[in-house]
Amino acid sequence: MTDPLILIILVPFAATIVAPAVARRLGAHTGWVLALAPAIVFAYVSRLLPIEPGTAHTVAVPWVGSLGIEFAFLADGLSVTFLLLISGIGALVMIYASSYLGRDPRLGRFYVFLLAFMGAMLGLVLADNLITLFVFWELTSVCSYLLIGFDHEKAEARAAALKALLVTGLGGLLLLAGFLLMGIAGEQLGLSAIAAGKISGLAAVDLREHAYYHAIFILVLLGCITKSAQVPFHFWLPAAMAGPTPVSAYLHSATMVKAGIYLLARLSPHLGGTPEWGWTVGLIGLVTMLTGSLATLGQRDMKRVLAYSTLAVLGTLVMLLGVGTEMAVKTAVVYLVAHAMYKAALFMVAGNVDHETGTRELHRLGGLRKLMPWTALAGILAALSKAGAPPMFGFIGKEMLYTTKLTVENVGAWAVVASVVANVALVASALMVSVWPFLGKRGDTPKKPHEAPLAMVLGAVLLSLMGLGRGLMPQPFETNLGSAAASAILGRPVEMHLALWHGVDPTALAVLGLSLLTLTLGGGLYFLIRRRVAPVGPLLRRLFSVGPTQLYDLTLQGIYSGADRVTRFIQSGRLRFYVMVTMLVTVIVAGPPLVRAFMGGPAAANGGWRIHEIIVAALALTAALAATALRSRLATLALVGVVGTCMGLLFVFFSAPDLALTQVMIEVLSVVILVMVLHRLPLVIKRSGRLSRGRDAVVAAAVGITMTLFVLTVARVDRDPTVSDFYLEQSVPAAHGRNVVNVILVDFRAMDTLGEITVLGAAGLGVLALLRLRRKERS
Amino acid sequence: MRDSLILRTTTRVIMPLLLLFSFFELLRGHNEPGGGFVGGLLAAGGLCLYMLAHGVDDARRVLRVDPRVLIGVGLLLALAAGLVPVFQGAPFLTGVWAENKVPGIGKVSTVLLFDVGVYLVVAGTTLLMVLSLAARDEEEDDPC
Repeated sequence: MTDPLILIILVPFAATIVAPAVARRLGAHTGWVLALAPAIVFAYVSRLLPIEPGTAHTVAVPWVGSLGIEFAFLADGLSVTFLLLISGIGALVMIYASSYLGRDPRLGRFYVFLLAFMGAMLGLVLADNLITLFVFWELTSVCSYLLIGFDHEKAEARAAALKALLVTGLGGLLLLAGFLLMGIAGEQLGLSAIAAGKISGLAAVDLREHAYYHAIFILVLLGCITKSAQVPFHFWLPAAMAGPTPVSAYLHSATMVKAGIYLLARLSPHLGGTPEWGWTVGLIGLVTMLTGSLATLGQRDMKRVLAYSTLAVLGTLVMLLGVGTEMAVKTAVVYLVAHAMYKAALFMVAGNVDHETGTRELHRLGGLRKLMPWTALAGILAALSKAGAPPMFGFIGKEMLYTTKLTVENVGAWAVVASVVANVALVASALMVSVWPFLGKRGDTPKKPHEAPLAMVLGAVLLSLMGLGRGLMPQPFETNLGSAAASAILGRPVEMHLALWHGVDPTALAVLGLSLLTLTLGGGLYFLIRRRVAPVGPLLRRLFSVGPTQLYDLTLQGIYSGADRVTRFIQSGRLRFYVMVTMLVTVIVAGPPLVRAFMGGPAAANGGWRIHEIIVAALALTAALAATALRSRLATLALVGVVGTCMGLLFVFFSAPDLALTQVMIEVLSVVILVMVLHRLPLVIKRSGRLSRGRDAVVAAAVGITMTLFVLTVARVDRDPTVSDFYLEQSVPAAHGRNVVNVILVDFRAMDTLGEITVLGAAGLGVLALLRLRRKERS
Repeated sequence: MRDSLILRTTTRVIMPLLLLFSFFELLRGHNEPGGGFVGGLLAAGGLCLYMLAHGVDDARRVLRVDPRVLIGVGLLLALAAGLVPVFQGAPFLTGVWAENKVPGIGKVSTVLLFDVGVYLVVAGTTLLMVLSLAARDEEEDDPC
């Protein structure tokens, strides 16, 4: 447990405990203190650098050994890259958030969610066991749900949160199925249960040869593309912008949506490299890239512009992983890191603009450069990186993207065209979120803008400057981390060489030409949009307004109305109907096999009747018959009590004192409770019609016969005596008790009892809730 | 029913006896008929009797704590009894027994603690149902 790798996952979770108290004391300055948690993680992980390509540090803690599940963790180039992004951007977002939310009384809760999410994300990228990974994976979905729906009083936020949860949750379930198949396949290929659950253990076998490969591939892929918002599951991401801006900056651009990318990258040495992988993953990525980049042009809300451009980048990353060559993987690593930095910065910029001016609508903004100089600086630098302009880190990423497309054989010219189209759109959208609000004429804004406080500027400026720094000096990144990350994705050690200027050779010049063409076309496109020369916006909005969102809405509506109809049918609200259905189902399901068993078997051993047994049985029978005939509710109730007490007596006769005691107590208390209920009903029973009485009699007789057959059949079964002998023998030596019944309840099978008392308590609370509901309805 | 002087007087004596008897059942349950479940029912039965004679308010006053607290504490005790062996490296819910006998109770163990938890949950749930139903009868605003 003392391995620091495990401790760094626990740091954010530990911080959730103090977060509410800190938020109550410090208010808008909370972030500075709580940012310590990710800062500690960041500092620790930074000390692991440089990562040697092809190496990994692993640690495992036993969990459920019999199922091959353990808390196993692994740190290699890929994990560490993500760890640094999660903790580094996390620290800046933490600082940003308290200033952004200001005096919100729910600040403590917000930080609890955010820190829990961070812990889950750290666990996710470190996990080496498939089940461990799945647990953290689902935890990120849950935290994302809570964070998107943070403004839970807004219907829009609730719907967006549910959308994200349902889509990613569906993917999570498919992913679990894929993981389980992967574990089974791993074992069949000769791994031990523990090794088959381990991601690092999968290297020993070739899953691609296994019969389950296609099923595994499809299930895992669906899990990844729902999480990373790929077409056709992309629609939840723009909707998720309903969450507070720090959440968008952190979860929905830099980290969580990259979890699917992470998993694809993590599993590509084990599942990738096949034609199925290449075509499916590559095409999904390509379509998402085009959809996102074109849809971003139709948006005029800064956050939505950024959301759709995030889709485009996620698509690009998926496409690169689908191509899967060495060049493509290296490109993916650079693109991923560059995107995380500039997109988080741009979201913070959008948040600042929104916070200070009161609007994110582009056509109301303009000329903020002088009023918000630092925000403007960060925005423009980050947008340059996003546009892929030299000398930013994003430029290197885009150059590599074009090189990949030009050099890989099986990617045709159409992929180059698609990439250029997508990047032209990205350039235009980068200009939309930087030039539009900050340059030009002053806009008409709801609030009088001024610069945002330090906490809100710091993150954006730092991240955008890092984009510039990494672009000018890419060497530290490639030696410390980049090579190791690419090696982890490829499954073999490789070296990465990054540069702004590649010298004079045909490919490099062609790439440079494409880059310049992209920038020029992008600039031109922005000009067209800004001057409204062409109705690009409305056209694109109409084009992308139809799609899977409608399908989702229809499905959800269908489920709601279907559930409504089923509930109205089953839950008629009449107790008699419920009882009848329950009884009839019992008779129909259990009756026929019981009749068959009873007819075929030998006669039950009969020990003969004793006089007191006959008396008690006759008494019970008389009381039961009389209960059906009487009209007074109270008398009926008393008679039912008599039946129960007689049953208790029979238990005494057959030496089951524990049962008898409990039976009598239950009878007494039931009568008390029923009397209290009866108090509210008319004292004399109003008889139902002859027909329904006849029906009730038939149902009752059927139930009675079924139960009798059941008891008689059970009495005849030759039970294996070893079970009861075990309890009888072990009761005193192993559990120090002579009352075997009680020893079974509280010791041998205590887990069952714990479950039962939990249900019992919940049932009690349920009764209370129902009673209160009725009272509220009356008043 | 509440006006019966005889019932009111006798329940004052019978209720403590029933409670005592329920403890007795709880403690002896490990070796003789009894146990936490029956004990809890008996305790609830005793208080029900008191409630029938004196009314819901008096019964609550005698109980002192909200029945919901009994449920919560009971569940926590049962859970704690299960966690004690975990800290000693044994599986969840393994019985851990003290070395020495406690006078009047006998050998103390996590199993007994677990049974106390069962006792409290059963008593709490039953009382919760009965008291809130009765409060509804008396048309009070808030049963708890």
